[in-house]
Amino acid sequence: MSDIAVHTTEADAHGHDEHAAHETSTGLSNNKMGMWLFLGSECLLFGGLIATYMLYRGRHSENLGPDQIFDIPFTSVSSFVLLMSSLTMVLAVSSAQRTDDRRTNLWLVVTALLGATFLGGQVYEFTTFYREGLGFTTSLFSSSFYTLTGFHGVHVAIGLILLMALVGINTRGRIPGQKAEVVELVGLYWHFVDVVWIIIFTLVYLIPS
Amino acid sequence: MSTTENLEHAIAETTDDDGDYHEHHSDAYYIKVALVLAVITALETSTYWIDLGPFFMPALLAMMVIKFVMVVSIFMHLKFDNKIFSYMFYSGLILAILVYVAALASFSFFSPT
Repeated sequence: MSDIAVHTTEADAHGHDEHAAHETSTGLSNNKMGMWLFLGSECLLFGGLIATYMLYRGRHSENLGPDQIFDIPFTSVSSFVLLMSSLTMVLAVSSAQRTDDRRTNLWLVVTALLGATFLGGQVYEFTTFYREGLGFTTSLFSSSFYTLTGFHGVHVAIGLILLMALVGINTRGRIPGQKAEVVELVGLYWHFVDVVWIIIFTLVYLIPS
Repeated sequence: MSTTENLEHAIAETTDDDGDYHEHHSDAYYIKVALVLAVITALETSTYWIDLGPFFMPALLAMMVIKFVMVVSIFMHLKFDNKIFSYMFYSGLILAILVYVAALASFSFFSPT
């Protein structure tokens, strides 16, 4: 029996989605492995940004610190919206695994709408802070805050582009390879954006400086 | 039936006696998980108005970790997937935690008083 065949048998015994990886030396999907490796490296990026914020969050003027400007009820609603987008994303993946194209597209669009709502909330929040006098270079607190939440917002925006592109190519039936796996890969990215916000919401917003 | 029992029941529906993963979880299972996450978020937010005293910080951090693990394990399927994916992700995460906790500690230790 060839090595590939042995690996394939082991993969079938192990997991649920290795059927897309018959030709790989590990028996696992290279695409998925690459995505997890990327997400692991993203932990280091956001870790650095969060650590920088934690270091500088106390460096601000008397009336423009986190305790004065954060609107916790508003951010809580935004967090809830992003959390629910994770639910709709996993429902999209579930539908893709059942080869239900109509529901897959539906849940992907709902996920994108929830993501856009979150992003709109972040733009509103930034605008409000700026009008209150908190610019990017106002203090070390503001620089580290805008950099951290801005980077996260960019990730959400990239996720939105991925979601809408996925809907477009799924509608045209042009998703290459295993369709469920492609949806799952985008889903992994989206969920990661959500888990990063789970940490930011607690460490940046809820824990006072 | 409590929320925990509901979740256990949902998991039992989707795993066999050996704990092997079945191809699809039911949508109801994911909705139940999302409800638990929503409740935890509500509890987190409530700490803004309710004074928990010395339990404030540990409670918030515990809820954050629970939410993180639930999303990564269940929504991202890491709990049911090949362990290599877990090693890849958690090694990055643990490395990040170690590096930045050490960095913050050194700043705290060496900063002028």
